[in-house]
Amino acid sequence: MAAIEIKNLWKEYGQDVVLERLNASVEEGEFVTVVGASGCGKTTFLKMMLGTESPTRGQLLLDGKPIPDEPDETRGIVFQRYSVLPHLTAVENVMLAGELESSRWLGRVFGGKRRALREQAEEMLASVGLDHALGKYPHELSGGMQQRLALAQALIKKPRILLLDEPFGALDPGIRRDMHELVLDLWRKQDLTVFMITHDLAEGFFLGTRMWVFDKERLDPQTPGSYGARITYDLPVGNSDKGTLQSITQSVDSTARVLGA
Amino acid sequence: MKKLINRQAGPVGRWALGLLPFVILAVLYLVASDARLDANPNDKLLPSLSSFSDAIERMAFEPSKRSGEYTLLVDTLASLQRLGIGVAISALIGLVVGIATGSLPLFRAGISPLVTGMSLVPPLAILPILFIIFGLGELAKVMLIIIGITPFLIRDLQQRAEEIPTEQIIKMQTLGANTWQIITRLVWPQIMPRLLSSVRLSLGSAWLFLIAAEAIAATEGLGYRIFLVRRYLAMDVILPYVAWITFLAFAIDFALKRYSQWRYPWFHGAQ
Repeated sequence: MAAIEIKNLWKEYGQDVVLERLNASVEEGEFVTVVGASGCGKTTFLKMMLGTESPTRGQLLLDGKPIPDEPDETRGIVFQRYSVLPHLTAVENVMLAGELESSRWLGRVFGGKRRALREQAEEMLASVGLDHALGKYPHELSGGMQQRLALAQALIKKPRILLLDEPFGALDPGIRRDMHELVLDLWRKQDLTVFMITHDLAEGFFLGTRMWVFDKERLDPQTPGSYGARITYDLPVGNSDKGTLQSITQSVDSTARVLGA
Repeated sequence: MKKLINRQAGPVGRWALGLLPFVILAVLYLVASDARLDANPNDKLLPSLSSFSDAIERMAFEPSKRSGEYTLLVDTLASLQRLGIGVAISALIGLVVGIATGSLPLFRAGISPLVTGMSLVPPLAILPILFIIFGLGELAKVMLIIIGITPFLIRDLQQRAEEIPTEQIIKMQTLGANTWQIITRLVWPQIMPRLLSSVRLSLGSAWLFLIAAEAIAATEGLGYRIFLVRRYLAMDVILPYVAWITFLAFAIDFALKRYSQWRYPWFHGAQ
């Protein structure tokens, strides 16, 4: 059974149609990158995956059941900003999930249990290359290191689906490349199912197994909200040539101009 | 020469410029005081330095002839106790209600209108009501401070709690947190340094309400003493008392600031 199934999914805000007639299914272990112009419903789609927005019509299924309508531990997330908790050190941020699970009231654990959690957290931090920054607060870490920390924090919970919301959008190009390698590495080792939102088309082509392009097939320049975006391309990554990237770029750019005007 | 708007004072210059107004005020006072005392040696309005030191000696370092206690010490302890209890209770109420209304929409819908309404009532206008209900004892004075600053603290902390990024609240849920855990592990620790800065802001009003309450009904306290000796135009006591109150206010503010920097480095580092 597919991990995620999307059946005739619509999202509307009043008169504005954001997404229409989405149909897809994603197997466990796939790495889907979602690209498209701003305003084409990428973030709305992510919010529906998270459960902070619900579909207007159609179904979004996780393991055959409708996705819960509030965030929970089945779906981990890394945002572009504010992903880690500023009042906890790196290792405390990663230990948090374990503490919350084993102590429903205090949210804290002590003694041997704490040492075990700390060991796991240190291991996790080492796997994202942060073993030298265990006791540092997030504000003492660079942007790239904060995102590494956010990945470690989300992954230690072993979520069914990992959602990445433009996680590297604020990083320098060199650091971004390092992060791509890290994400691919973690995805291979831990058998994750990943959805990554990005507006960097090249990033979408380079990462993962599958790329979705959200774009408006029908676009009325006077009322861009009257038709929603669909998945216009659903490509296996690695099999596409230069020409495809160019035609996608053109199509996405012209949509962006209309929506941004 | 640079334009005035681009000129900065150096480290020495900054100190000199900062001290200058104080020096000018002190000199002006001494000149005016001399002139008045020349004309009338019994003048009480601008006492000389020697009468200040006499008064400070009498109030602070000699036991009172009537009660055998050190007046300044007794007054200070009484006032600080009222201020401390009042501010501590207000901070506690502000913390609990502010977190509840700031992070739980259902609580906000129920409580916020009441708090907004309450915060518009001028506290001094209900001082007579407090004296009627709570009598003339300590409780009425503490209550005035509480009623005076709690609505401000609640509203400020509610706003601070609402400012916590939604991303972090979602993040906590994806890590498996329930509502209680989100409050105890995310909202509460992040609100604490903000509580300290709100308390620092509200201390000015707290002193105002304390002195007002003491002026009307008390048997000891810094505000009580000032209003008592006013009858004798005892400027030699009033001015040192005012300076002492100012110093206490400064010291409390400074201590809270330093504590916050030491206890919550992540808060001050990120700013």
